[in-house]
Amino acid sequence: MLATLLADPGLVIVTTGMLVGTASSLLGAFLILRRNSMLADAISHSIVLGIVLVWLLTRQQSGAVQLLGAALAGIATVALTELLTRTRKVKDDAAIGLVFPALFALGVLLLNLYARDVHVDQHTVLLGEIGFVWLRTMPILGHEVPQALVWLGLVTTINASFVFLLFKELKLATFDPALAHALGFAPAALSYALLVLTSVTAVASFEAVGVVLFVAFVIVPPAAAYLLTDRLERMILLGIAVALASSWLGYLAAVALDVSIGGMMAVVTGLFLLAAFLAGPRYGLIARLVRQRHQRLHDECLALAVHLLTAENQGEHPRKPLTDGLAWTDARATRVLAECRRHGLVRDDAAGLALTAKGRGAARALLEPWRVEPG
Amino acid sequence: MPLAVWLADHTIQNVVAGAVLLGLVSGVLGSFAVLRQQSLLGDTLAHAALPGICLGFLLAGSRELGVLAGGALLTATLAALAVQALVRFSRLKTDAALGSVLSLFFAVGVVLLTFIQGRADAAQGGLESFLFGQAAATLRSDLWLMGGVTAMALFLVTLFWKELKLVTFDPLFAASVGYPVALLETGLTALIALAVVVGLQMVGVVLMAAMVIAPPVAARQWTRRLEPMVALAGLFGVAAGVSGALISATTPGLATGPLVVLAASAIVLASLLLAPERGLLWEALKRRRDRRALADERLLATLYGLARRHHDPRYPAEQGMLDAYHGVGTRRVLARLAGLGMVRRVVHMPNEGAHWELTEAGQRRARADLSRAEAD
Repeated sequence: MLATLLADPGLVIVTTGMLVGTASSLLGAFLILRRNSMLADAISHSIVLGIVLVWLLTRQQSGAVQLLGAALAGIATVALTELLTRTRKVKDDAAIGLVFPALFALGVLLLNLYARDVHVDQHTVLLGEIGFVWLRTMPILGHEVPQALVWLGLVTTINASFVFLLFKELKLATFDPALAHALGFAPAALSYALLVLTSVTAVASFEAVGVVLFVAFVIVPPAAAYLLTDRLERMILLGIAVALASSWLGYLAAVALDVSIGGMMAVVTGLFLLAAFLAGPRYGLIARLVRQRHQRLHDECLALAVHLLTAENQGEHPRKPLTDGLAWTDARATRVLAECRRHGLVRDDAAGLALTAKGRGAARALLEPWRVEPG
Repeated sequence: MPLAVWLADHTIQNVVAGAVLLGLVSGVLGSFAVLRQQSLLGDTLAHAALPGICLGFLLAGSRELGVLAGGALLTATLAALAVQALVRFSRLKTDAALGSVLSLFFAVGVVLLTFIQGRADAAQGGLESFLFGQAAATLRSDLWLMGGVTAMALFLVTLFWKELKLVTFDPLFAASVGYPVALLETGLTALIALAVVVGLQMVGVVLMAAMVIAPPVAARQWTRRLEPMVALAGLFGVAAGVSGALISATTPGLATGPLVVLAASAIVLASLLLAPERGLLWEALKRRRDRRALADERLLATLYGLARRHHDPRYPAEQGMLDAYHGVGTRRVLARLAGLGMVRRVVHMPNEGAHWELTEAGQRRARADLSRAEAD
């Protein structure tokens, strides 16, 4: 089975995308909930400096040293940002926006200057080359396995174990850092661990998808999931599901259109986000509009009930006054009336409209809530 | 190359002019973004210009900057609207909305870029230079466009100066006195999109964010008023732009964006450290001075108190006892005070540690400090 997987470049590419998506969605869920999404953007840019520096020092393009360099670059980004914020001369958003462009610019400049012969160029840094990951392989157990798969597999395992083993601690530190601190869970250390893992994931992924698209893989799938559920466990799993589906569909679309595979995978995650934004069951735009409409109709029914009750008290039986007394258009009056009849709030009698007992109760409950018997 | 020849060079002239325009517009408009804590919006808008550039290219079929800039403006504005929609109509917070829109618009740009490169027709070269900027590729005709956009942006800022200032510092008050706050905020965002468009050629979409953020942050260090801050931000932007662009244009193979951004970062660093009043260096020095003055005062007060209790103005206090009084080593403070002539080392008993007594000057100073403390 492994042999078939490795023999098919398409499968290797999709698997790479899926691993990038899984590894980053696992962390992204927490980054979003902690409102640190833009730190992921900052880190993924800064690791370029880490990669170039490590390459200049060791001439190693991938592997453990690179992961370490990335972790250091990530920590440096976060630490520098915090340092700037703590001087209280710069707000935190501007601090992020100062640190990562500077580190990234330095990295790109060093690439320009020294690293002409290395395979890492500006183009790869930004856009990634997921289409070529199957070309660079290393021998493992007698198979030629693409390096990207090995490292991404490792990183995914690490991230999954981190989230699985420290789930309770992460959850607490995310939703109630003060309590986590009081209980002795060291939320600051957890937060740093999360950001270090983000850097490591970024460096394992950047060859495949580049630094900017990596941000899409980290943030967008969990963001889509966040719009669909209230539970953290489900949010993480849904995020992974979105990432997996996006990798596969993105690959198919990219091949069909002959465009960037990584880019297309990211675009598909965006489609999922759009779908969740529009059609999410509870927080979706459509659901929200429908709810608003129902609420308005409900309010109008009550208004009608109150209107009828007032008329009743004055001994009138109105039909016309719906458009006069309440200043409703005919269409609106008809709609509200239909809704009221459906709920059994009004009935027709010989003289015109009248309240049912239920309708009278509803109107009284609104007008004189203190008289309504509890229960 | 002699300076005169160098300056007469057309490329150099274009590059300098472009850099001046870029620095000016991004510094001025960035000031409002930074003050309103929307620094990262610039990042999102800049990345979102990429699909617009590609669309413009597909439409025009050539690298006509006017069309590309129009496309960039369109998609950048769309991105701003998308961020606003996500924040208002979904439960996503600003950071997640910014990150999603940034990466997704960029992804669409990447897809379009590869789509363009995959087509057989020529003239697709050079679009990638918009990623990191290529100052040397600036043409005279581009300058007219950049100049026009800059002039328009600056004109609008001048025209609506009072409104923009109020919306920046007190949007609630602005709304309560009847200013169209939402409209003005949208307008400011659109202006940032304009700044991004000017920067496309010089800095590129990836690093443009820094040009919107760094000059205003540096300028803020030097002044507490909006007018000089905006002017300084423009000036810093121009300085960073010109120095970066010149290095890039004269050294083959160096992209402009990183150089300009590094120049801007250097200006920020210098301003953070050295600006009068708000400079971190001065603050650190002042803290050190204050700490020393306090330590001096406390030690003199201790010695004076001991002298009074023993009815001996020249009571020799043992150094170990002073350490115990203050809970810290007093050796350095004593040495400094001795240097100032406030205390004097004396031999009290031969086999014991060092002893110190107040001099006349020390007694006067301690009395003055004490009476001042009582008066307060």
